[in-house]
Amino acid sequence: MSEHQATSGVLNPLAHQFDDLEQQHDASYFGMWIFLATEIMFFGGMFAGYTIYRHEYFSAFEAGSRLLDWRFGAANTAVLICSSLTMALAVRAAQTGQRKALITFLLLTIVLGMAFLGIKFTFEWTRDWHEHIVPGINFAPQGETLKHLQDAKVALPHVELFMFFYFAMTGFHALHMIVGIGLLTVLTIMAKQGRFSPQRFNPVEGSGLYWHFVDIVWIFLFPLLYLIGGTH
Amino acid sequence: MSTVTLEPSIESRVHYLNVSYGIKSWLLTTDHKRIALLYLVSITLMFFVGGSAAVLMRLHLIEPTGALVEPETYNKLFSMHGIIMIFFFLIPSIPATLGNFLVPMMIGARDLAFPRINLLSWYVYIVGALLTLSGIIAGGVDTGWTFYPPYSSNYSHTHVMLVAFGVFVSGFSSILTGFNFIVTIHKMRAPGLTWFRLPLFIWAMYATSVIQVLGTPVVAVTIALLALERLFHVGIFDPKLGGDPILFQHLFWFYSHPAVYIMILPGMGVVSELVTCFSRKRIFGYRIIAFSSVAIAVVGFLVWGHHMFVSGQSVYAGLIFSVLSFAVAIPSAIKVFNWTATLYKGSISYDAPMLYALGFIGLFTMGGVTGLFLASMAVDVHVHDTYFVIAHFHYIMVGGAVMAYLGGIHFWWPKITGRLYPDGWARFAALVIFVGFNLTFFPQYMLGYLGMPRRYAVYPPEFQVLNVMSSAGASILGIGYLIPLIYLTWSMRYGPLAGPNPWKAKGLEWQTPSPPPTENFEETPVVTEEAYAYSSEEARVV
Repeated sequence: MSEHQATSGVLNPLAHQFDDLEQQHDASYFGMWIFLATEIMFFGGMFAGYTIYRHEYFSAFEAGSRLLDWRFGAANTAVLICSSLTMALAVRAAQTGQRKALITFLLLTIVLGMAFLGIKFTFEWTRDWHEHIVPGINFAPQGETLKHLQDAKVALPHVELFMFFYFAMTGFHALHMIVGIGLLTVLTIMAKQGRFSPQRFNPVEGSGLYWHFVDIVWIFLFPLLYLIGGTH
Repeated sequence: MSTVTLEPSIESRVHYLNVSYGIKSWLLTTDHKRIALLYLVSITLMFFVGGSAAVLMRLHLIEPTGALVEPETYNKLFSMHGIIMIFFFLIPSIPATLGNFLVPMMIGARDLAFPRINLLSWYVYIVGALLTLSGIIAGGVDTGWTFYPPYSSNYSHTHVMLVAFGVFVSGFSSILTGFNFIVTIHKMRAPGLTWFRLPLFIWAMYATSVIQVLGTPVVAVTIALLALERLFHVGIFDPKLGGDPILFQHLFWFYSHPAVYIMILPGMGVVSELVTCFSRKRIFGYRIIAFSSVAIAVVGFLVWGHHMFVSGQSVYAGLIFSVLSFAVAIPSAIKVFNWTATLYKGSISYDAPMLYALGFIGLFTMGGVTGLFLASMAVDVHVHDTYFVIAHFHYIMVGGAVMAYLGGIHFWWPKITGRLYPDGWARFAALVIFVGFNLTFFPQYMLGYLGMPRRYAVYPPEFQVLNVMSSAGASILGIGYLIPLIYLTWSMRYGPLAGPNPWKAKGLEWQTPSPPPTENFEETPVVTEEAYAYSSEEARVV
C-alpha cells in the first residue's frame, strides 16, 4: 500500500516499475489480499488454540464465557457493522471522485472505530478488572462470580485460560483496529490534500479491504467468546 | 569462465552500482538489486557469527568430558548457532539475495511490485537481528532454536524475551519478501512470458513465497502467545495451569517444518538453472519440476507432526503424519531424477557453479533418504533427538541449501558485480567445502545411530574418534567458506570484466549488461520461446 504514497500527488500517479495504471491497481489490490491471507493465518493460530482448549475444558470455557457481558459485545458488533458500511461508502466516494463525501465517510469510520475501542477499553475491560477476571495480573473471582464458577464445578485455572484467550484475541483485534484508525487518518489527510482521483484511489480501496477484514474477525470473535457459553 | 567478452570499461557505462555513491544512496535505495546486496552483506555477517558458535561447539566436543566451555555455555552456543543460522541466514539466504536480485530480472520487470516494502523488509530484518544479537550478548538463551516450553517459559531465566522478539520481528521481513514476490510474479511478467515459460527458479521462489506468507504468521502468533505467558504469568503452555506444551510444539512446527522448505526450495530452483546451463541441454520434465515445487509447498504444510512422534501425540496422528512425510519425498525425488535425466547425454562442463550443483544433488539425496528413516515411526523412536537427526538436516540445510546458495552466488556473481572471479580458486573451494562437509557430518550419522543424543556437552569415551573426525571436518569446512569470501571480495575490484553473458546462459537476466542498469533492461523484453532453449550445437567453445 505505502508504495503508492511514494508517487507524489495526482500529477504522476504511476510508479516507475509499472507499465500502466491498471497494472499498478491490480498489483496493489492483489497485494492486499495476500496480506490478508497472512492475517488469517495469524489469527488462525489463536483460533486453533481456543478451539483445542474449549474442547479440552468445555464446561470451564462455558462458565468463562458467561462471565463476559454479551451486551458490550453486541453493541460493538453493531458499531463495527455500521463502520463497514461507512467504509464501503468512502471507497465508493473515492471511485466516483466525490472528495467531500470521501472525507466525511472516512471521518465517520474513524469515529465508529474509536467508539468500538471506547466501549471495549473504558467500559468493558474496566468492568472485567473490577470483576477480577483479568488473567495473570488480576484473576481472583469473588462473590457472585466465584459462586457461579463453584456451582459450575470448574477449575479456576481453566477459566483463567478462557479469559486469557478472550483478552489475547480481542486484544490483537483491538490492535488491528488501532492500526486501521491510523491508516484512515492518513487517508483523510491525503484526501484533504486532494491526492485521490477516480484514476487513483488504490490506498482507499486497500485500506477498505483491511477494515472489512478486521470487522469480519470480530464477527467470528463475538459468538465464539460471548454467545456460545449458553444463557445467563 | 574462460571466455572473456571484451567490452569497453564498465566504468564508462552507468549501471546500478555506479549510478550514485555514498552511504545514503544505499540505505535509502529502493532498487531491488541494491537491496539484494544489503541483504547479502547482512546475512554473510550472520553466517559467520552463527558459524563461529559451531566452531566453538566442535572444539568443545573434541574431548568426551568437554574441552572448552561449561555445559550451560554449551547449551547457549547450540541455541545461538541454530537461531542465527535458521532465522537470520537460511530463511533469508537465497530469497532475499538472489531472489531479490533475480526475480524482477528473470521476468523482465523494472523492479519488484513494492520497492519500498522491499527496503522495509531489510530494515525489519536488521531490527530483528539486532534484537536477537543483543539478547545473545546480554547472556544468550538455552532453549535450543525451537524455544520449546518449559525451556522458554517462566521456568527459564535466560534472555528468552529479547531473542524471541528478534525472531518474531525478523519473521515479518520474510513475510514482506514473500508477499512482494507473489504479487510481482503474478502481475509483472514481461509480454509473452507465460507461466510455463518462467525459469524454474521463479517457480521455486513462488512456492517458497507461499510458505513464507502462510506459515510465518503462525510462528509469529506462537511467539506472541509465549511472550504473553511470560509477561502475565498465565499458563497457556504450562500444564500446571491447564495449558499444554504440546500445543506449542504443534504451532511451532506448523511453521517450522514448512520453513525447511523455505530453505531448500530456493536451492532447488538454483540447481535447476545450473544443471541445465552447464549441461547445455533443455531441462528434462520442465512442467513436472515446476509442479513438484508447488506440491512440496502444499504437502509440506501437512507433515509437521513427524517432529512429535515421541512427544505424546496419538499413534494414529503419528501414522498419518508419517504417511504424509513419505508423500512429500515424492516431489523431491522427482526433481532429483529430472536433474539426473538432464545431465544424461548433456555436454557437461565442470565450472565452479556446476560443482556446487552436483554436490547439492548428491548431498540432498542422502539428506532426503535419511529423512525417510526419520519419517518411519519405529526408526524415529530409536534415532529421535540423536546426532542422526543433526546429520540429516545438515545434509539438507548445509549440503543442500548452502551449497545451492554458493552455487547461485558463483553463477550470478558476474551479473551482480560485472566481474569474474578466479575460476581455479572457486573450484578448489567447492571441493574443500564438499570434503569438509562430509567429514563433519557423515560421522554424525554414525554417532546418532550408535545412540549419541544431540545437545549434550559430554559423551561416552567410545564416541571420541567419530567426534574428532567431525571436528576436523568442521575446521576444513570453515576454511572452505573463507576462501570464497576472500576471492569474491577481491574480484569486485580486480576481477576481469565479465560481459553480459559469460556462461552463454539463457534467461532474460543474461540479455542485459553486467552489472545491469537501474531499470534492468533498456527496453522491456518480449519473450517468444520457452525457458532453457539450450542446444548442444551451440555448446560453448572452451
